[in-house]
Amino acid sequence: MSEIIKKNLSEIIELIKKKEIKSEELAQLYIDEANKSKKLNSFITTCFDNTIKKAKEFDKKPNSASLLPGIPLAVKDLFCTNGFRTTAGSKMLENFVPNYESTVTENLWKEGAILLGKLNCDEYAMGSSNETSYFGNVINPIAKNTVPGGSSGGSASALAANLTPATIGTDTGGSIRQPASFTGTVGLKPTYGLCSRWGIVAFASSLDQAGPMTKSVKDCAIMLEAMAGFDKKDSTSIDKKKENYSKNLKPNIKGLKIGIPKEYRVENMPKEIDELWNKGKSILKDLGANLIDITLPHTKYALPTYYIVAPAEASSNLARYDGVKYGYRSSQGKDLIGMYENTRSEGFGDEVKRRILIGTYVLSSGYYDAYYLKAQKVRQLIKKDFDENFAKVDAILTPSTPSSAFKIGEKTNDPISMYLNDIFTVPVNLAGLPAISVPAGLDKKGYPLGLQLIGKTLDEQNILNIAYAFEKNCNFNNEIKKWWL
Amino acid sequence: MNKVKFDYFIKGEKNQYEVIIGLEVHAQVSSNSKLFSGSATKFGAEPNSQVSLIDSAFPGMLPVINKECINQAIRTGLGLNAKINNDSVFDRKNYFYADLPQGYQISQYKDPIVGEGKVFLDMPYGSKEIGIERLHLEQDAGKSIHDIDPTNTYVDLNRSGIALMEIVSKPDLRSPEEVNAYIKKIRTIMRYLGTCDGNMQEGSLRADVNVSVRKVGDKKFGTRCEIKNVNSIKFMQMAIEFEAKRQVELLDEGKKIDQETRLFDTKKNETRSMRSKEDAHDYRYFPDPDLLPLKIDQKLIDDLKKSLPELPDDKKERFIRDYGLTPYEANVLVSEKEISSYYEEVAKLSDKKLAATWMMGDLFAMLNDKGLSISKSPISSKNFADLIKSIKSGEISGRIAKEVFEIMVESGDNPKKIIESKGMKQQSDPKELEKMINEILTKNKDKVDQYKSGKEKLFGFFVGQVMKLSGGKANPQLTNEILKKLLKG
Repeated sequence: MSEIIKKNLSEIIELIKKKEIKSEELAQLYIDEANKSKKLNSFITTCFDNTIKKAKEFDKKPNSASLLPGIPLAVKDLFCTNGFRTTAGSKMLENFVPNYESTVTENLWKEGAILLGKLNCDEYAMGSSNETSYFGNVINPIAKNTVPGGSSGGSASALAANLTPATIGTDTGGSIRQPASFTGTVGLKPTYGLCSRWGIVAFASSLDQAGPMTKSVKDCAIMLEAMAGFDKKDSTSIDKKKENYSKNLKPNIKGLKIGIPKEYRVENMPKEIDELWNKGKSILKDLGANLIDITLPHTKYALPTYYIVAPAEASSNLARYDGVKYGYRSSQGKDLIGMYENTRSEGFGDEVKRRILIGTYVLSSGYYDAYYLKAQKVRQLIKKDFDENFAKVDAILTPSTPSSAFKIGEKTNDPISMYLNDIFTVPVNLAGLPAISVPAGLDKKGYPLGLQLIGKTLDEQNILNIAYAFEKNCNFNNEIKKWWL
Repeated sequence: MNKVKFDYFIKGEKNQYEVIIGLEVHAQVSSNSKLFSGSATKFGAEPNSQVSLIDSAFPGMLPVINKECINQAIRTGLGLNAKINNDSVFDRKNYFYADLPQGYQISQYKDPIVGEGKVFLDMPYGSKEIGIERLHLEQDAGKSIHDIDPTNTYVDLNRSGIALMEIVSKPDLRSPEEVNAYIKKIRTIMRYLGTCDGNMQEGSLRADVNVSVRKVGDKKFGTRCEIKNVNSIKFMQMAIEFEAKRQVELLDEGKKIDQETRLFDTKKNETRSMRSKEDAHDYRYFPDPDLLPLKIDQKLIDDLKKSLPELPDDKKERFIRDYGLTPYEANVLVSEKEISSYYEEVAKLSDKKLAATWMMGDLFAMLNDKGLSISKSPISSKNFADLIKSIKSGEISGRIAKEVFEIMVESGDNPKKIIESKGMKQQSDPKELEKMINEILTKNKDKVDQYKSGKEKLFGFFVGQVMKLSGGKANPQLTNEILKKLLKG
C-alpha cells in the first residue's frame, strides 16, 4: 500500500476511479507519511481530521467524473482557505483564518480534491530558498541541509517527499519553476490571467500567477485544467473557454521550431547546466523539432527590472497589514503611528522589510521616473523581445536555474546572489508568458536540474506537449532516499 | 441687469487685492454599490454594516470596477461640457490611516476619465465662464470616530470604497459669491443628471478650496493655500474671506505666503495651518496593477449623450424663448429640476407668464415659510394650474385668488371646488353689475352730486361700495368701466 503514494497523480486517479483504493485510505497514507516527515518542515498547518471527514464523504458518494476524485492535496499557504489558517509564511498572519476560499482552491475542491494542509513558503512569497518563512526553513528531500528553493519551497518539498500527490504554488519571479527544478519535479507558471488571483495573498499583482507542481507532465496538465478559468472577481483574469489540457496532451513535436536564446548562457554558469541544456536540445532535435538560435537582447535587464517592479507593487500591497483590522498587532506604541511602526517592525521579517523599503524608494517622488517608470519601459522591451521571436519559433528552451539546490544558509547573507537564482525565470513573469520547468538530469552531487520551456501567450498546451515528449525521452530518475524517516 | 459691476476686492493698507479661488469638489456618485465592490451605499446605516471583504482590504481581495459609476462619471463630464477620455488609468495613492484599510486609495492621477470642460454662472454683472480642469473617480475612505470612547478610536468602514467624483475647477473664481454660484451650478447639473444627490449635510458634496491673492492688475498668481474638506457653502465663503484677508495682511506687511494646507475652524471662523509643503505626503502614485487601464468606447459616450436629460442652461434658454419668461424668471425656475418640472406641468395647462409670476411669488413664499421643498408642496401642479386658469379667465380676482390659495394650502383641494362651494366666483355679468351699481348710486345721491361737481376722489368710495355689496366678487375692471359710464350719464 505504501508504494501507492510514490505514484503519479494520474495513476492514483485511476486507482480511485477503479475503486482499487478509497479516498479515505489514500488520505490516511499521506497523513501517515506527513506525520513521519515533520523534519522536512513542509507543512505550516495540517487539517487531517477534516481531510478524513471529507474523504469519507467522497467515498459515500464517489464522483469519478470529476478531474480530481477524492484526491487529497496540500497547497501553498498563500491561498486563502475558508476556515483554515492562512499565514503566507508570516508572523503577521500567524493566526489569520479566512472566511473565504481562493478561486483556484475552490476550483480544485469542485473537481473533487480534498485539502490536506497548508504548505510552507517564503514570507509573502518573497524568497528563493524558503528561508524567509516565519515558520522556519524547509528541507529539500534530495539531501540534508539543502534548500528546496522558493518561494513555493514547502510545496516542492512535500511533493518530492510524497506527502501530497500534486500541489499548487504561486510564481511571481520563478517561485514555482525554481523549486520544481531544485526538487526534480514539474512546475508550470501559466500565462498571466489564466488562473484567478482572487483569494491569493498578493505579493506583486502584475506578476503573481498560480500554477501546478507535479511529479509528471501529465499530472501537470490535469492540475492546470482543474485550477484555471475565468473569474469575474479578478479584473486581470482572461475571459476564455476552459481547455482540456490532459485530453489534448500529445508527445508529437515533429516540425516544431524551438528557439535557443544566446543570452541565457550567463557568466560563471556551472558547466553542467550548459551540458544539461545541450542534452535537452539534442533530445528535442531527435524528436523532430527544429532548433533555431534566437536573441532576446534585453534579458540582462530583466532581473533589475523585476527587483524594481515587484518590490514597488509589494510595498503597496503589504500596506494593509497595519494591525488595525486583522492579523498581528503590537501591544507597543503610544499612538496610531507608533502602533503601525511596532506592528510592522515586529510582524514582518527582514526580506519583506527590505523589499518594502526598496519598493517605497523606487515609487518616491523624484525617483519614480528614474526607477519605476523606466523599469516599466524596459518591461515592455523584454515583452517585445519575446513577441518578435514568437513570430519565428513555437517555444523557447532554456535552463530553469543557474544552479542546483544550495545549502541552507549559503546565500542568506547575500541577497544579490540569492536574487540571481531567478535570472532565467523572471523574464517570463515580466512578459506574462507561460513556462514550464521539467526535470532533465542530475548534477555531480546527484541534485536535480530542470529545463524551462517558454511558450506563447495562452499556449500552455504546446509547452505541455513538448515537455511531455521530452519527459518520455529524458529518462530522468529522481532518486530520493528517505533519509529523514 | 448688467449695470452692476464686479466689486469683490480686498483692500489692504497699501494695495487693493483680487482673490483667486479654485475648487476641488468631491461629489459622491449616486450608485447602489461601491466603486469596486458590491456593498451598499445607503447613508446612515449601522456602522460597518455595508462593508465587504474588499472594502476592508482582506488578504487576496481584488477590486472590480462598477460600470454604473463609470457611466455616472461620463454623464457628469458631459453635463460639464467636458471631454471624455477614451483611455484612463486608476492609480494607487499610498498613505497610512486607520480608516484607509488598503493603505492606499484607488484614484486617478495622470489620466482622469474626464478632461477639460466649462460651466456658466449667472452673476449680477453678467454671465461668467468657469473652466473645469478635470474630473476623476476615486474611493472614499472610512470614518474614524474619536468621541465614543475616551481612550480608543473606532472605525466605521461603511463609506470606505464609495465612489467619489473629484471635480477640479480652474482658478477662475474671484469671490465668495462666485463660489456660491459655482457650487450651486454644478450641484444643479448633477441633480438634473441624477449623478450626485448633492446633499452637503450627508457629506455627498464637500470641497477643498484653493485661495490666493494678487494685486489688482497683476498677471502672476500669488502663492496659494489649500483649505481642506469644507462641507457647506456658507463655511466655504467664510473660509475664503478669512483666508484672503489673512494673506493680504501678510503681503501688506511685506511677508511671504507659505504654500500649505489649512483647516477651517467653523467655531472660531478662522483657518489654521495643517501641514506645510515640506511636510506634504509623498503619495507614491502608481497605476493599480489589480485593474486594467479603463477603455471607454466612443459608442458608450455617444449613447449616454443621447440619453441625457435637458440640462439647466438649455432649459433656461427654452423657457425664455418658448414661454416668454425674463432671464431672471427662467433662471429661478430652472435652479432645481423639481421646480422646473413643476413649472412646466403648470405652464402646459395654463398661462405661462402668469404661472411663473404666481410660482415665484405666492407659491415660493409659502414653501419657504413652511420649509418645504417643491416636491412636498401641499398644492399639486394640476391644482395650481387650475388656479392660474381661474385668474386668467377672470373667474376670480387676484384678491380672491389669494384667499383661494390659502384654502388650497390648508385643504389641498382643487380651486374650482373651493370657488364653487364658497361662492367666490367673480361677478362679471355686466347687467347684474349695472343693476347693483345703479342701486348704490341711487342710495348715495348726495355723493353722486358731489362727484359730478368735481370731487372725483369719490370714485374710490363707489368702488368700495360695489366691493362691499358684492362681497369682493365684483370684477374690478368691469366695475370701473360701468361706474365711469353711469357717473357720466
